[in-house]
Amino acid sequence: MSTFPISIPRPVHPTGIWNWITTIDHKRIGILYGVTAFIMFISGGIEATLMRLQLAGPELDIVSAAVYNQLFTMHGTTMIFLAIMPLSAAFFNFIIPLQIGARDVAFPRLNAFSYWTFLGGALMLKLSWIGGATDAGWFGYAPLTSVAQNPGTGIDFWIISLQILGIASLAASFNFIVTIINMRAPGMTMMRLPLFTWMSFITAILLVLAFPVITVALIELTFDRYFMFNFFNVANGGSVVLWQHLFWVFGHPEVYILILPAMGIVSEVLPTFSKKPLFGYKTVVLAGAIIAFMGWMVWSHHMFTVGLGAVANAVFTVTTMLIAVPTGIKVFNWIGTIWGGSIRFNTPMLYSLGFIAMFLLGGISGVMHAVSAHDAQQQDTYFVPAHIHYVLFGGAIMAILSGIFYWFPKYSGKMYSERSGKISFWLIMLGQNVTFFPMHFVGLDGMPRRIYTYVEGMGWEFWNGVATGGVFILILGFLLVIDNIGRHWKNGEPAPADPWDARTLEWSIPSPPPEYNFKEIPVVRSLDDWWVTKQGGAHKEVPASGGSGDEGHGIHLPQPSYWPMVTAVGLFIAAYGVVFNDLLIPWALAVIGLIIGFVGVYAWSLEPVNDPEEDSTH
Amino acid sequence: MHSGNTKLMRFNKIPKTAFLLSLAFLTLLLAGCYPDHNQSTFDPRGPVAAEQLEVFWWILIGGFIVFVLVYAALIYAVFKFKVKNESDVPVQTHGNHTLEIIWTAIPAVLLIILMVPTIQTLFYMYEAPKTTKPEHTLEAIGHQWWFEFRYPDPTNTDKEIVTANEVYIPVGYPVAINLESVDVIHSFWVPKLAGKTDMVPSEGNFMWFEADEPGEYYGQCAEYCGTSHANMKFKVVAVPEPDYKSWLQAQSNPALESSDPLVQEGAGVFKSAGCTGCHATKTVVNKGSKGRVGPNLAHVGSRRDLAAGMLRNADENGSVNDALLQKNLRVWLENPAEIKPGNLMSSGAQVYTDPDKKLTEEQISQLVHYLSSLK
Repeated sequence: MSTFPISIPRPVHPTGIWNWITTIDHKRIGILYGVTAFIMFISGGIEATLMRLQLAGPELDIVSAAVYNQLFTMHGTTMIFLAIMPLSAAFFNFIIPLQIGARDVAFPRLNAFSYWTFLGGALMLKLSWIGGATDAGWFGYAPLTSVAQNPGTGIDFWIISLQILGIASLAASFNFIVTIINMRAPGMTMMRLPLFTWMSFITAILLVLAFPVITVALIELTFDRYFMFNFFNVANGGSVVLWQHLFWVFGHPEVYILILPAMGIVSEVLPTFSKKPLFGYKTVVLAGAIIAFMGWMVWSHHMFTVGLGAVANAVFTVTTMLIAVPTGIKVFNWIGTIWGGSIRFNTPMLYSLGFIAMFLLGGISGVMHAVSAHDAQQQDTYFVPAHIHYVLFGGAIMAILSGIFYWFPKYSGKMYSERSGKISFWLIMLGQNVTFFPMHFVGLDGMPRRIYTYVEGMGWEFWNGVATGGVFILILGFLLVIDNIGRHWKNGEPAPADPWDARTLEWSIPSPPPEYNFKEIPVVRSLDDWWVTKQGGAHKEVPASGGSGDEGHGIHLPQPSYWPMVTAVGLFIAAYGVVFNDLLIPWALAVIGLIIGFVGVYAWSLEPVNDPEEDSTH
Repeated sequence: MHSGNTKLMRFNKIPKTAFLLSLAFLTLLLAGCYPDHNQSTFDPRGPVAAEQLEVFWWILIGGFIVFVLVYAALIYAVFKFKVKNESDVPVQTHGNHTLEIIWTAIPAVLLIILMVPTIQTLFYMYEAPKTTKPEHTLEAIGHQWWFEFRYPDPTNTDKEIVTANEVYIPVGYPVAINLESVDVIHSFWVPKLAGKTDMVPSEGNFMWFEADEPGEYYGQCAEYCGTSHANMKFKVVAVPEPDYKSWLQAQSNPALESSDPLVQEGAGVFKSAGCTGCHATKTVVNKGSKGRVGPNLAHVGSRRDLAAGMLRNADENGSVNDALLQKNLRVWLENPAEIKPGNLMSSGAQVYTDPDKKLTEEQISQLVHYLSSLK
């Protein structure tokens, strides 16, 4: 194309690593997200293990106070932003287009950009361990984040990498909203969307609305730190409580951003392995939407002890308690789903059942926090980490593990080992309860959270020791999961297209799906269309597994591109430039990064949609 | 082949499993209550903590009922609806409106019931009883990482009496506490007397509690406040009102001077080494005046703990043991960063930052004697 001023051609049939770097195939990007996030999950797990070792007994000296404070800050930030969110994003990427009968997402290159930007943000945060990571808590309460309190670069890395991650999340969310609204196959009405896609859709909307709030808060903090502004500086009339409001207005919807996709996964797995439709589909969708909506009205329950007054606390008590209602509806509907079914206890089903069992406990302790009068005792004690781990580990991570096994045949084209999977389930179930349940006890026994040590004689030794012991059971469980997934991805039995006799469209195409997903765009006639088709005997053809790419001749797919990655690299450099803004020439690195970013965007927007030559030679 | 039998067995097994499980869970729950522990929330010694605990029992009972019902249903379903024949296709029920309305309404009603005691207690917590005497209104100020306390001077309304890390209160009287912080957010918490309230810089805050009986109550900062957050504690000592008054009287006077030459030399070192730059040894100050950087040491030798609850000076019965006190003072003075990493004294005082000005063994001994004489 003559209008294209940069003479680098679009990559043609790249191989090896370039294949992955330039890919804009949603399935490959999904795998990239999944693998990266899982590695981040492991790094967050190592941080947690170190903390548990330090707390195994009174006055231990495994890590110093300063390192411990970095550990819990990084653990929280890692697990939330670098593990659970992108693990959900991995499923969004891989599964949503398949579930709605699309060949890709609406903006494939933007999708690649989201991934590379996420990777940049993740690396930036983790690399901040060199030279001292942030130690102000994942919530970064002012004024601990001020220059006076925290002169090092740890906080700067934290701020800028969260901003970068925010860009990645926003781009991905817009992409999925547009994809779900516009790319649905004919007949796939909104009320025929699989539950996972529905919950992802709600999550994406939440993200688009929530992230700007933290972005604003972080910009204010940046200005405080870099240009001596006074948003959070009380000496000059700023307010430290302002940060808390901004953070939790984002932070509470964020909790639902973490849990709604998990609920979506469970709502796919339970019907499949019970051979029954989801009980009360519309109610479950509506409950998800209500949770998302009410999620905006409860943020101050994180601030019950800040002194907002009895009236404010009473209002947030009421809203927080009421949000348990739609959550309860979901749990009851899940039980309704398996009730009267024909339950097969494959590994994904076990994890989903485990999700219900653990999430319920997290829900109950959540209502206990909502009781703000007693929350004055619970707040900032180990009771809260107990709760959050029942919700985010027993909830989100269990559901994600369920999804990892459930869709394993689809994304790898292989079968995993059921035996190993089931053992891993029981180990992880046992491990998490041994690790997290005692935290309820020490919490109510007066042990504050975020303390790097405790003295003898407080009575906290026993249960802390038990909790640390549980970590090793968890590690064993995860080693089994990694072994199972890793080994069978390479050498597993080839998977059939529909190993679970499932209900949704992704199971109507071969495992793994061909690059173009659907040879013909399916026409959807009902909820659980694939199941209905199979039952109705209309007998749609089940393509043989591992269908070769030749069959897709003539299907027009966008080609790989360098530019999303280049743009993300530019942002990454610019981000480093902001942190090290006084290196040699002030702000030079940031400007260089931005220039690279602009070149990337420019070349991206002028890149030909498809290389015409490629079309003619193929 | 024994389908009837297995079915029967299954039915017998399920309630038993559910029963055992809830029993195990309940045992576990009770295993977590340790009323005898120092910071247990299950051992309220005052009306505020007692009210709060009562609300907790309500929600625990409610939560337990929900737990039993849901787990029973879940376990029943898992056993009862296990696949019998791979090719079976169960009835494809899509939902049941009546059921769904019921299980929406029941939790909603349960929660609304729970809201009543919660909100009642909430308003109870936030307003000190009208009977609270003005002289029982204290001020607690958070510092990294210790607590400053101020009492109204009974002899002069323009003055305050300053102390640190140990707060005396009269038994049987509601005590109102105004909370403030000079640096970051801390949280003031005495689990046996009341839930916590944050000490927010420049916003101020308020709480009240009352001790039913004399005793020493453990307190600890609950809001993460930097490197040594774990090392920021205090004690509430509840004594009968006459004792409280005489204690306050004693606090408002300087400690008795000692003629011991070691003590005299120690007093000299205290000045020459620059300690007085941050630590005051007189307690009466103007109301609202800015406090010193470090804790007031006027009566440091009479306190049951050193370094904000980190080192115990007192015997079992609560009276200060001079040998312990001197040992603790020495440990602290030799390397304060060991006890409290990141503290301002170890990073700011010249005797710790400048190797040339390092305290000698002799100086430390003199200081130990001087400080332990400040009763």
